Amino acid sequence: MAYTYYPGCSQEVSNRAYDLSTRAVAKALDIELKELKDWNCCGTSPSYSIRELPTFVLGARNLALAEREAGACDLVTICNGCFAMLEKTNLRLKEPDLRRRVGEVLSVAGLEYEGSVRARHFLEVLVNDVGEGLIRERVTMPLGGLKVAPYYGCQFSRPEGRYDDLEFPTALDRLLSWIGAEVVDYPLKAQCCGGLLMTTKEEVALKLVRDLLALAQKRGAHCMATICPLCQLNLEAYQDRVKARFGADFSIPILYFTQLLGLSLGLEGKALGLGRELVSAADILAPYLVVASREV
Amino acid sequence: MVQKVREADLFESSVGLVERVLDSSIAEKIKSCIQCGTCSASCPTAYAMDYTPRWIIAALRAGQWERVLRSNTPWLCASCYYCTVRCPSGIEFTDLMYALKRLAIERGIYPKGSPVLYQAFTGTVDRYGRSAEVELMARYYLRTLNPWGLIKMAPMGLRMLLKGRLSLLPHRIEGRRELAKMFDYMRERGEK
Repeated sequence: MAYTYYPGCSQEVSNRAYDLSTRAVAKALDIELKELKDWNCCGTSPSYSIRELPTFVLGARNLALAEREAGACDLVTICNGCFAMLEKTNLRLKEPDLRRRVGEVLSVAGLEYEGSVRARHFLEVLVNDVGEGLIRERVTMPLGGLKVAPYYGCQFSRPEGRYDDLEFPTALDRLLSWIGAEVVDYPLKAQCCGGLLMTTKEEVALKLVRDLLALAQKRGAHCMATICPLCQLNLEAYQDRVKARFGADFSIPILYFTQLLGLSLGLEGKALGLGRELVSAADILAPYLVVASREV
Repeated sequence: MVQKVREADLFESSVGLVERVLDSSIAEKIKSCIQCGTCSASCPTAYAMDYTPRWIIAALRAGQWERVLRSNTPWLCASCYYCTVRCPSGIEFTDLMYALKRLAIERGIYPKGSPVLYQAFTGTVDRYGRSAEVELMARYYLRTLNPWGLIKMAPMGLRMLLKGRLSLLPHRIEGRRELAKMFDYMRERGEK
């Protein structure tokens, strides 16, 4: 299986572990992820908030580059924001007027886009293309006893719902169960982490994060699995601030789903970017590490 | 904030056809709202909004678009799309929120400081081709004249830095000249 891979800006530094673990997992499952050469920002929600055409031009440049490189291909992302924005770009480019205007701007850079590239999320690729059989077969270190709250955030299944249920997605639940983890019942799984509001309206976003963490704790989760870098950062990096504001003390490790999958495939912690957490996962993951736990 | 606007001014300036300011397809679509409030009930941040989503549609249909733009509502949308997927009339409310933010920029009417982060974000993206997190935050707190915000961020920033999760330098894509050409092209033509 071969895909064009779009890491997204957040994965370059602050969520590097997500990128590392994605590549490691793909390799272990014989999925070829070929990084899109010289990709740029996906178009992103803050840009769409203040301007329309430049946003779709940004998105379309990536799609055009992917098409030029690999023809009608699947462009695989690991960020919900990138996924939703690339999907939106494709959808909106079906409008003749916008398509013409975007095409005109792309041509200035010698690019054109026919519309043959599909945006995908790696989670959904694993569940739908790779599938249960192969993944179960490759698991060498099942995560038995590890209680995980599956957290999808918003823009994986909304607004389009092309690959999972709009309100109650299950792809991550299923994947986690295939690798032996104990999936806790987590009804807030597709609720919002506050996104960018964590910077612009912190008090509002902190409340959302508090609610998400509180339920994970109440359900006895040892950690939460995330599928989006912004969700990960909001849930992990702001636990101190949640404590300062609400007096609620959480110390819940927030991991990328690819890290958990990687562990179950017998990969080493280092290859999965483990050890970069702000809330340490060393204790809860120690039983599943192939090499000495001090590495985490 | 809404309360500070004089009611008389508000009335003078806000009565008008919403078709005048919003895209005709959106203006047409909001006519199908049945005011059931599913959007408001589904919105995780509605409690902090000057007007909830249902109110926003009612206000727009009454022509009070300026009043809507002066409210904090569009800037409190986290883009979770619950309202959109649940609306029984098929109104894509999240996209309406985006359209209102863009209209606010176009008209220069918004609660003070609301778009600063968004502008700083596009500033770095347009220049480098990718987002530059540290520069973005620095610009945001400088432009909102909020050094306290930066100081509050410092401990977290330091922890991120120690974990190798912050880079002080942006990544510049190779195609940034082509990108600049495309942005120039749009700017010259006044395309938004």
